[in-house]
Amino acid sequence: MTTALIAEDEPLLAQALRAELAHAWPDLQLLEPAVDGDDAVERALSGRPDVVFLDIRMPGRTGLEAAEAIVEEWPGDAGALPLIVFVTAYDQYALQAFERAAVDYLQKPVQPARLAACCARLRDTLALRTAANGAAKPAAADDAALLGRLRTLLAAPAEAAPTALAILQASIGPTLHMIPVDEVIYFEAADKYVRVVTREREALIRMSLRELLPRLQPEKFWQIHRGTVVRADAIATATRDDSGKVFLTLRERPERLVTSRLYAHLFRGM
Amino acid sequence: MSLSPDSRKAPATEWRSAHAPLSRRHLLVHGLEVMLANTAISGLLSSINGHPFGPTLVYGQCIGLSIWAIIEAGRRVLPVRASGWPAGWRGILLLVLACPVGYAIGLTIADMIYGHSNWHAYLSKPRRILLDFGPAAVFFAVVAGWFYARGQAREHRAQIAAATHAATLARLDMLQSQLEPHMLFNTLANLRALIAVDPLRAQEMLDHLIAFLRATLAASRQSEHPLSEEFARLDDYLALMRVRMGERLCTRVTLPPELGALPVPPLLLQPLVENAIKHGLEPQRGPGELHVEASLDGSTLVLRVADTGRGLDAAARALAREPALPSSGFGLAQIRERLRTLHGDAARFTLEPRHGGGTLAEIRLPAAARPHS
Repeated sequence: MTTALIAEDEPLLAQALRAELAHAWPDLQLLEPAVDGDDAVERALSGRPDVVFLDIRMPGRTGLEAAEAIVEEWPGDAGALPLIVFVTAYDQYALQAFERAAVDYLQKPVQPARLAACCARLRDTLALRTAANGAAKPAAADDAALLGRLRTLLAAPAEAAPTALAILQASIGPTLHMIPVDEVIYFEAADKYVRVVTREREALIRMSLRELLPRLQPEKFWQIHRGTVVRADAIATATRDDSGKVFLTLRERPERLVTSRLYAHLFRGM
Repeated sequence: MSLSPDSRKAPATEWRSAHAPLSRRHLLVHGLEVMLANTAISGLLSSINGHPFGPTLVYGQCIGLSIWAIIEAGRRVLPVRASGWPAGWRGILLLVLACPVGYAIGLTIADMIYGHSNWHAYLSKPRRILLDFGPAAVFFAVVAGWFYARGQAREHRAQIAAATHAATLARLDMLQSQLEPHMLFNTLANLRALIAVDPLRAQEMLDHLIAFLRATLAASRQSEHPLSEEFARLDDYLALMRVRMGERLCTRVTLPPELGALPVPPLLLQPLVENAIKHGLEPQRGPGELHVEASLDGSTLVLRVADTGRGLDAAARALAREPALPSSGFGLAQIRERLRTLHGDAARFTLEPRHGGGTLAEIRLPAAARPHS
């Protein structure tokens, strides 16, 4: 049985999409709808639907941010990622981009013919997936690529390649510390800030990890988790435990860092 | 003139790129015009003082073209305006200087062609200078002056066109900010959904949408309407938003009846209410409240829009993260501009964090009674 989750903050629209889907795809089983972006992430991770209809503009996390979180936090044993369909009232520029990062997109008000075509596309994709199942496990690398496309979409407005950071200015109390980026062992997201960890100290910078990432050299700094970016040459070992999780030890710090499923493929041995 | 240096420059550069007054084609056309004028002047002069037409024409062309060459050179050296002429006294000075200097140069050139010197005659009989130069100077000045006036008129037209263009753009911006497509399509989607489940409520919603659209389109044509009308239009908008947001939006609108007749600029409060919802309440998880209130403080009308949304800081952060979202900047700038135009310094607009969370917008303006009520 195919299951789907609708995430839409406007109650009438959620109800209408539900009714239209019942018509266009009678066998589709709908989960309890999500009323905002954060709710969508929770319900998707717990209900593990095959398809998610995500409104773009929602309270809390936007549809794009919710999609990113779902892809990132999708448990490794939960099977393939859900197929994502974005739903939007009006977006002048992003429509084609939505199509690249999702299976399809719908424009509000949703037209029955358009919805039927979308459902056909979803069914085809799911059928292909079932046929291929057993032959190959859903590749984490593909999921990581999807995540990359979502991130590009999320970062798009920033445009113009920002210059790479060389020095971080972090205040600890009243003192401003100048920290060369190359001395950073890892970065960790902390709400709206980023925790910067070097050999001898920790500091906070007023910047989100999302803003910081494009300003780091990707070959030097690896993202290993939604909230963690580590300097590659600071990693000492990578160990896979029984559940398939990869843990990292560091050369100059005692902590162990955990790698999320999507990034585990970075550590394969040569 | 109150134009800033920048706005003065703008039409000039625009004009130049469109017509390129110093281009080769321009020089050719202008040169032919000058030669035509020289021919006419020579004809006139030869009929006045009885000199043969042929030599007069040669002298006329040499002198006229020399004057023109000086003016053309001046226009390349000095900074020119959209008229193609240097600004103010420089333009006039160029005209006044170019005539005698060009006359002298042209005369010398023509003398060289004919191999005799008029200078000799002029120096021995200064009165001849006046006789020859006087009428010629008048004619050349008239022609040069005509070119000058034509350039000025052209600049004027370009300025008017630029001003009209700017005004049209401003109106378009305003209309687009009011008829925000995201709001419109979401409302239509709700309407479509409602038609199926509750036709009566759908009709009611459609009536609100019609009133809202009508008011939006009319707002750019009126300068004032009664406060009661303003609140009625807010009711329309809020009714639409309540259908869309369901239980997440709770609204309270307070208008003391005695203030209903006070005049206000149409849809003055609209952007504030829209911002409170779009940037404060809509992106916030869970329910929120919006309170619109009019009150009188002495002879000052106080209009307040308060929301319990996520506040100014969060909205600014979200905007910085996602600049694609429609900004509230245009709406707020527009409110300030409208208040300044109508009341100068007597009106005030503030936007600040509300005690207990959310945002408080306040407009204070003189409570002038309607003249005919």
